[in-house]
Amino acid sequence: MNFETIIGLEVHVELKTNSKIFSPSPNAFGDEPNANVNPIDLAYPGVLPVLNEEAVNYAMKAALALNCDIATDTKFDRKNYFYPDNPKAYQISQFDQPIGENGWIEIDVNGEKKRIGITRLHMEEDAGKLTHQDNGYSLVDFNRQGTPLIEIVSEPDISSPEEAYAYLEKLKNIIQYTGVSDCKMEEGSLRCDANLSIRPIGQEEFGVKTELKNLNSFSFVQKGLEFEEKRQEKELLSGGEILSETRRFDEKTKETILMRVKEGSDDYRYFPEPDLVPLYIDEEWKERIRQQIPELPDARKQRYINELQLPEYDAGVLTSSKEMSDFFEEAVNNGADIKQASNWLMGDVLAYMNKHYKELNELALTPEALASMIKLIEDGTISSKIAKKVFAELVENGGDPEKIVKEKGLVQITDESQLTEIITQVLDENEQSIIDYKNGKDKAIKHLVGQVMKATKGQANPPMVNKILLAEIEKR
Amino acid sequence: MADISKEEVKHVAGLARLAITEEEADMFTDHLSSIIEYAEQLNELDTEHVEPTTHVLDLKNVLREDEPKEWISKDEALKNAPDKQDGYFRVPSILE
Amino acid sequence: MSLFDHSIKQLEKMLHKKEISAEDLVNASYDRINAVDHEVKAFLTLDEEHARSQAKQLDAAPDEEARLMGIPAGIKDNIVTKGLRTTCGSQFLNNFDDPLYNATAIEKLNAEKTVTVGKLNMDEFAMGSSTENSSYTPTRNPWNTDYVPGGSSGGSAASVAAGEVLYSLGSDTGGSIRQPASFCGVVGMKPTYGRVSRFGLVAFASSLDQIGPITRSVEDNARILEIISGHDKMDSTSANVDVPAYTEELTGDVKGMKIAVPKEYLAEGVAPEVKEAVMNALKQYEELGAEWEEVSLPHSKYAVAAYYLLASSEASANLARFDGVRYGVRSDQADNMMDMFTYSRSEGFGDEVKRRIMLGTFALSSGYYDAYYKKAQKVRTLIKNDFDNILKDYDVVIGPTAPTPAFKIGENIDDPLTMYANDILTIPVNLAGVPGISVPCGFSEKGLPIGLQIIGKPFDENTVYRAAHAYEQATEHHTKRPQLGGAKS
Repeated sequence: MNFETIIGLEVHVELKTNSKIFSPSPNAFGDEPNANVNPIDLAYPGVLPVLNEEAVNYAMKAALALNCDIATDTKFDRKNYFYPDNPKAYQISQFDQPIGENGWIEIDVNGEKKRIGITRLHMEEDAGKLTHQDNGYSLVDFNRQGTPLIEIVSEPDISSPEEAYAYLEKLKNIIQYTGVSDCKMEEGSLRCDANLSIRPIGQEEFGVKTELKNLNSFSFVQKGLEFEEKRQEKELLSGGEILSETRRFDEKTKETILMRVKEGSDDYRYFPEPDLVPLYIDEEWKERIRQQIPELPDARKQRYINELQLPEYDAGVLTSSKEMSDFFEEAVNNGADIKQASNWLMGDVLAYMNKHYKELNELALTPEALASMIKLIEDGTISSKIAKKVFAELVENGGDPEKIVKEKGLVQITDESQLTEIITQVLDENEQSIIDYKNGKDKAIKHLVGQVMKATKGQANPPMVNKILLAEIEKR
Repeated sequence: MADISKEEVKHVAGLARLAITEEEADMFTDHLSSIIEYAEQLNELDTEHVEPTTHVLDLKNVLREDEPKEWISKDEALKNAPDKQDGYFRVPSILE
Repeated sequence: MSLFDHSIKQLEKMLHKKEISAEDLVNASYDRINAVDHEVKAFLTLDEEHARSQAKQLDAAPDEEARLMGIPAGIKDNIVTKGLRTTCGSQFLNNFDDPLYNATAIEKLNAEKTVTVGKLNMDEFAMGSSTENSSYTPTRNPWNTDYVPGGSSGGSAASVAAGEVLYSLGSDTGGSIRQPASFCGVVGMKPTYGRVSRFGLVAFASSLDQIGPITRSVEDNARILEIISGHDKMDSTSANVDVPAYTEELTGDVKGMKIAVPKEYLAEGVAPEVKEAVMNALKQYEELGAEWEEVSLPHSKYAVAAYYLLASSEASANLARFDGVRYGVRSDQADNMMDMFTYSRSEGFGDEVKRRIMLGTFALSSGYYDAYYKKAQKVRTLIKNDFDNILKDYDVVIGPTAPTPAFKIGENIDDPLTMYANDILTIPVNLAGVPGISVPCGFSEKGLPIGLQIIGKPFDENTVYRAAHAYEQATEHHTKRPQLGGAKS
């Protein structure tokens, strides 16, 4: 029997407003526990929520960037459940009138493009953080309580763990472009729950789905889903059945482990939040936000192809993160050659990042420095070989390439008499090579160039070396 | 609409995180049943084309500017806490 | 001196002329509390030391601009007061000694230099009509201490009636200011929904709750509402509507005023002596040159059912925050998370609160939402439309505040539905969101006060006050005083 897989993803993204969604506490990450809370966040008796306008603007920005329709009439609802990190014992969320609906994004898996639908995007408040200890107690920090969140729910269009990965990458990329969130999974500003079901190909009815929790990176999402896909297949093929359950991904074993079997559906007793009045979003407001949406990755990629004449692959890599793409553009704006800037970023910069597990903003290298280094190569001040040395310095310690080149004496030798002197000496010491060359062994010239480079510590201008070398050999 | 059973009363008490004894369950079943029976009279009204009222005032778009404000200190936040540890609120763990 | 003898306006004049001091006023308040509160039991918490030192400071540095300088006030215990215990009449908040902030209404009163002498008893979380649901002690009716003062703002009404304070704040979700005002023979106003900020009022039913003043006279009442009204950025449901000077409307002139009298408000279930008192009041209005006509509010009879579903549903969520994590009393039996929630709540809440939380939880639960909660919201629309229609043609609606005078302590406590029926005439006003006042309009055979309810258009408290004041000044009911241990009449 052949199965097909159906994956649903629920992504929570924290919006980086200055203050919380319903209270004026600072919205900040990493402070001391319970430092960024006020009576509203602590659900003191008598407090009331007031909606932060910027949170609405940010949610709209994200929704528009994800091609959602923006609701004209929308409102908030109470979602009731008890948990120590949920101080009101209800979360203010949106139930039947989410701010965004019917969106989509396009993903690209192995060169094939596919559109993944977004059912809805709604606003809500984040909860506090509960830390379990092993002494029978748990600790609660309410700093995160009230951080504005958007929840983005995908349509059941994702049909493989690989697509799920691509969807998440694209979603993150688009939202980062809009500037409403950092989308840092390690800081929890982007979180993902996944569910997966399989069904025999041709069957109309969906299979029973299981939910996956504790997915702390995109690759864990993919690995968890891969494991779950195989587990369900094995279960069905051996005559078992899939239970509606929540499973936890174990990062060590790369397996999913049963957390709890779901009995019935949770009864959240949603009802309209009486403490908040409805939102009416007219065309003018929608248009105002639409105007603020910057160029998004797909449009930027197209522009790189059409206007900058970059190959599609290069354009794709460069726009795959806003940071990379902004870095690239700034380098170009600082005078770097387009193709050179692209090559350096896709080559040495990415290689360095991958090798050291670093983000672009963690490197000492700035777009200005990259641009000025590229200019030094172009005007012949340094060779591309020397450039590697300069780059190594820039990426580790930063600085001004011109200064580095000067201080370290890396300037290319272009002085003809100086080069002639060195070449004469090399020829004197390598008479056999001259003979070989004259006997038709072209390889011998390479050896000689190598010797010149060695003598100049790589600083000799290669075309000039070639030219002078040939001329000098002719003379002998 | 129907009466509320003792089982439903217990379920609802659970949802509301209230522990009730058997005796209390009987009492609340009685009370809630008569209240719900009383509420049945609402069915005499045809409300098919009536909009529900959540807010009596026709207010819309009440919004706050995105300005952070200091209010209480960390110590004040924990002032009324029944239990605390290292600047955190402390609660018993989930039963494993 | 007795606080009974003057209006707030008169006292302020005397204060600013230095004929009396703030200390005199505060002393008089505590003297009276010491003399009678063991009988009335209106107060849950006194703030004596602070109040006395505040009075001294005011006398040392008087504020000529302040409109309530040194005036002793009592505050219902569901309105939060910074640094002063706020229990909501519940054991759950027995140790809630510092709510960390003041309600907006309190801030406004403080700005006028009032002195809060203490916090007033109430039905637990404002759920009740007799103050017998207080988890501390029942408050007694100052006119006859075997009788209830009404509720849930029983302490607020009783303290004013007993002359312990010049005025108090109450809250009204289904009649909780007007019904106890009626039972205690004082003036109680439930303003238009959105008129007074709810910030700092511990929520019972968010879409119905309003804070309002309880006073001995209409003039005092108008003065307090003038001060506590107004738009508040901290309350999204507070209306951005100008606050008129209510006290300037008290002209005594109601000539040509059009009064609607709903026949449902004088129907079966309304005690004959109450009906008679209301009819006498209407005669009085005729003499003053107003006209009245019988009208119908056809959906009134459904109000109680709709109200209990809606208010309980909202309450089930509003009271969920009392979970024993951040404040309040945590059960000492809790050794795991679930038990912490369940035991703390079960030990902290009384039966009426549990009953309403369960009713609300049920009405919102999956499968029942449309049949109960949503249905009740639709019926609310019909009730609101009733008022809108009548108030198009009339200036005010008049009827009794409660179907009966005060009942005996213990009389209705075991029968929730009979208890709920007490609010049948006040609940529709909350559902419609319109303002309503109760003013004394006579006494029963047993000598218990009867209240007249005057209901107005949204944000037209002006007309309500004008009507109430004209009637009050034309009658003697408000001049009578209850006899309490050693009290001067």
